[in-house]
Amino acid sequence: MRILEGQGVNKYFGGLAAVSNVDFHVDQGEIVGLIGPNGAGKTTLFNLISAALPISSGEIRFKGQKLNGLKPHQICQVGVGRTFQETKIFGNMPVFQNALVGAFFGTPTRISGADAAREATQALDFVGLSAMSETPVIDLTLVNQKRVEVARALATKPELLLLDELMAGLNSTEISEAMELVTKIRNTGITIFMVEHVMKAIMGICERIMVLHHGEKIAEGTPQEIAANKTVIEVYLGEEINAGS
Amino acid sequence: MDITRFISTHRKLLLVGVPILIILIFLATFPLYGGVYYTRLLTTILMYVILSVSWAMFSGSTGYMSLAPAAFFGVGIYTMGFLQSTLPFPVIIPIGGLFSFILALLVGMVTLRLRGIYFAIFTFGLVVFMSEVVAALESDLFGRVGQHINPLPDETIFYAMLVTAVATLLAIYFIRRSRLGLSMLSIGGNEEAAEHMGVNTTRVKVLTFAISAAFMGLVGVIMAPVKVYIDPRIAFSLSYSFMPILMSVFGGMGQFYGPVVGAVVFAYLEKTLRAQFPQYFMLGFGIILILVILFLPNGIAGLVPKLQNRLGGVLAKLRKGGEAEQHANT
Repeated sequence: MRILEGQGVNKYFGGLAAVSNVDFHVDQGEIVGLIGPNGAGKTTLFNLISAALPISSGEIRFKGQKLNGLKPHQICQVGVGRTFQETKIFGNMPVFQNALVGAFFGTPTRISGADAAREATQALDFVGLSAMSETPVIDLTLVNQKRVEVARALATKPELLLLDELMAGLNSTEISEAMELVTKIRNTGITIFMVEHVMKAIMGICERIMVLHHGEKIAEGTPQEIAANKTVIEVYLGEEINAGS
Repeated sequence: MDITRFISTHRKLLLVGVPILIILIFLATFPLYGGVYYTRLLTTILMYVILSVSWAMFSGSTGYMSLAPAAFFGVGIYTMGFLQSTLPFPVIIPIGGLFSFILALLVGMVTLRLRGIYFAIFTFGLVVFMSEVVAALESDLFGRVGQHINPLPDETIFYAMLVTAVATLLAIYFIRRSRLGLSMLSIGGNEEAAEHMGVNTTRVKVLTFAISAAFMGLVGVIMAPVKVYIDPRIAFSLSYSFMPILMSVFGGMGQFYGPVVGAVVFAYLEKTLRAQFPQYFMLGFGIILILVILFLPNGIAGLVPKLQNRLGGVLAKLRKGGEAEQHANT
């Protein structure tokens, strides 16, 4: 079943087409990767899905429901959670409060304080941060701040999670842990759509990959197909990866 | 036995509750022995407490710097001016709050999409705008600018202010602890992220801006009779915008009691210093504020955890020393 579907999605900044006539879909339970060179429009596409930016033309549907015209908080409440390329945390608030915001406001129904606290605790347990729940987020390392973002998004009870460069800036041990975390999230039944530059991660955990270049979708397929795709190698992957795989 | 158990189980409640109860009793009986001068001083202090706490509730937590308190305060004053001969004083107070609430709701819907300095400048303009509008209205409707307010007994004003202050502090204390308070903090932390976590940021901002304005309107009504004569320049004086901000910064906005402490200290200093050193008191104010911003960025309230830590360290050392001695003796 298609959980997320976009048809003819366009986004113009003045005369520049940041996302140009892109069709895409994500099936329920999948891990789908979105790759492409810098400025290809990956984050813009995420911003269109989560309504951070208004769509210029085209249509995005989530579980058959049209998302066009909804506000970001409504997108979150229908079940699309997200994290940010550059961490956007509630810095002075403790880790627990960060997750609590997601738990309180992320669902369409009103939730009791006790329930919200339980969900926040669960989300922090899930990403392995329960020991730091009282620490102000600003004092955490980058990898833990990213975990807070994931926990905060999980606390909103998403069915689809948009991960925007979760692994950027992490070392290789941290990347492996993050890959495990992403798989673990998917195994709880949450569909994953992720922008990533770390090829090891993308190739390792994604079932399907989409490639954007200058706002256009230039390829789509399994990791093996993408790694062998001539256009993709030319504009993004380069010779080295090709030789290595 | 029962008493000691009660004390040990409810220690925290007693530590906070008993002093508050004593302060309340002190305040409630004050006009009986305090005299006119100090009753008026205390009224002014309470006014600044309400203005500062309600300013900090919105601006301190969301990070939207509002310079509009004077506009909402002035609306309260003029509500009293227009209604004093038709309605009794206790009825006008909530009406003044309601008018300020509505004004803030309208202004908020238009301006809370502005961020940072733009919002601050707009709210600053609102004060000037309201003053001009009221002046024009007065001269068109009544052919005059300015009017007299019938004086009320000092005790009446004091008790109205005290009741309003208690109600305001209680309301804001619970708002800060509620999910509304959490959503305001998340907006201050990172508005974009808050939006994507399901917080209806526009609604939260407009609503809380209006709530904080309502408290300022209440205070305006109560202070009107103190002024005896009002005109737009007096009612919408910008110092009612700046003083609550200075007091909140001085007291510290991270804690609920920060703006309260700031308002009490500053209002007292203002009243006494202005009387004794009319030329120099602003200079003294400025110096104190600069020192606070330089050395206590979290205000007076920011000092408390620091002192607790230090005190805790000293106590722990003493305890350890004591234990060591005991060990040595045995």
